[in-house]
Amino acid sequence: MSILNYNGGCVVAMKGKNCVAIACDLRFGVQAQTISTDFKRVFELGPHLYIGLPGLATDTQTVLQRLQFRIKMYEMREGRRLKPHTLMAMMQNLLYERRFGPYFVEPVIAGLDPNTKEPYICALDLIGCACEPADFVVSGTCSESLYGMCETTWQEDMEPEDLFECISQSLVNAFDRDALSGWGAVVHIIEQDKVTTRTLKCRQD
Amino acid sequence: MATERYSFSLTTFSPSGKLVQIEYALAAVAAGAPAVGIKAKDGVVLATEKKHKSILVEEHSIIKVEVVTDHIGMVYSGMGPDYRLLVRQARRVAQQYYRTYLEPIPTTQLVQRLAAIMQEYTQSGGVRPFGVSLLICGWDTDRPYLFQCDPSGAYFPWKATAMGKNFINGKTFLEKRYNEDLELDDAVHTAILTLKESFEGQMSSDNIEIGICNAKGFRRLTPAEVQDYLANIA
Repeated sequence: MSILNYNGGCVVAMKGKNCVAIACDLRFGVQAQTISTDFKRVFELGPHLYIGLPGLATDTQTVLQRLQFRIKMYEMREGRRLKPHTLMAMMQNLLYERRFGPYFVEPVIAGLDPNTKEPYICALDLIGCACEPADFVVSGTCSESLYGMCETTWQEDMEPEDLFECISQSLVNAFDRDALSGWGAVVHIIEQDKVTTRTLKCRQD
Repeated sequence: MATERYSFSLTTFSPSGKLVQIEYALAAVAAGAPAVGIKAKDGVVLATEKKHKSILVEEHSIIKVEVVTDHIGMVYSGMGPDYRLLVRQARRVAQQYYRTYLEPIPTTQLVQRLAAIMQEYTQSGGVRPFGVSLLICGWDTDRPYLFQCDPSGAYFPWKATAMGKNFINGKTFLEKRYNEDLELDDAVHTAILTLKESFEGQMSSDNIEIGICNAKGFRRLTPAEVQDYLANIA
């Protein structure tokens, strides 16, 4: 059994028209046993910058703490907010530093550039290989199902309400088929002037 | 091994509260070849005198105005060998920054890091301060920057400044001649005139060096371009 499947969980992010969305499930388990149903794995790093850290739960917590340290130091030294692209570069570095004893997380970044407000998403593997596609990124124990759901439902330039429907349906229908993910979901829709967070209730199994 | 290095700093306080080694380093700077930096609306110019001690010296093999990154350049007054070390450090720091953040280093960040290195040499065991003051110019976030870094590790942002021999006259000249609406061409012109104040002999494209930094990046002027500017002065 792979270490990346030990605790379960999944994250998906999508690009829309002048907005991005990022969503995760809420299950935290130890192999087959579900321990908690309110374990969030998407975190706010800035007013319009979110990161999802699915994978081994202890690494989710540690990587988040180490990343927050680096981000705070950066923002104090440079006197400016972090750009999503720069966050990707920092994550690459952070993960590759542990190339031969890696953190078991496969992060997903979603945000808007602080100056241009350009939507940005990217996904990294556990040793820091990043990809920045134009449509959506997925990560977690049900990533194959997520790829299938997103590929069929995603369209370019969706408005925030449509993007919310699309990402919610993709996530819920994908993790419903996965024993290790589910038990509720949290969806963040990030627009230029506001961020809307909604919690979804779905089949609790 | 501890026996190979002093464990105590050679730069220590005098009773009056001064770090005498740094004062002496500044004296070394003031005895060095003049360097001038001027910020214009659309760019920055760095200029320095490059007098050779003998006519046998191969003039264009020594470069004083150095590129640090595409958009940052520097020049110095003081000891050449110390400068070369700092150019290496600056380039390394800039590339490390890019490696970590995939973004060209902001000029202010480079200056802060370089100044921190210079400060280390005033407080570490067995080393002496650098005998150079640096002028660093850069362009990022759509605006020009000009900084001076001293042997003590202090750094100052300038609109225009002069260093090296006769720097007081140079600065007085700049105070009269500088205004906020200078364009880059005017700034180059003014820089050459400032150098001329303390220049002995005839200025030519062989014995001064000029670098400019604007939205297109930092570059040294070719001898032909320098000659054009000099022709306009005469």
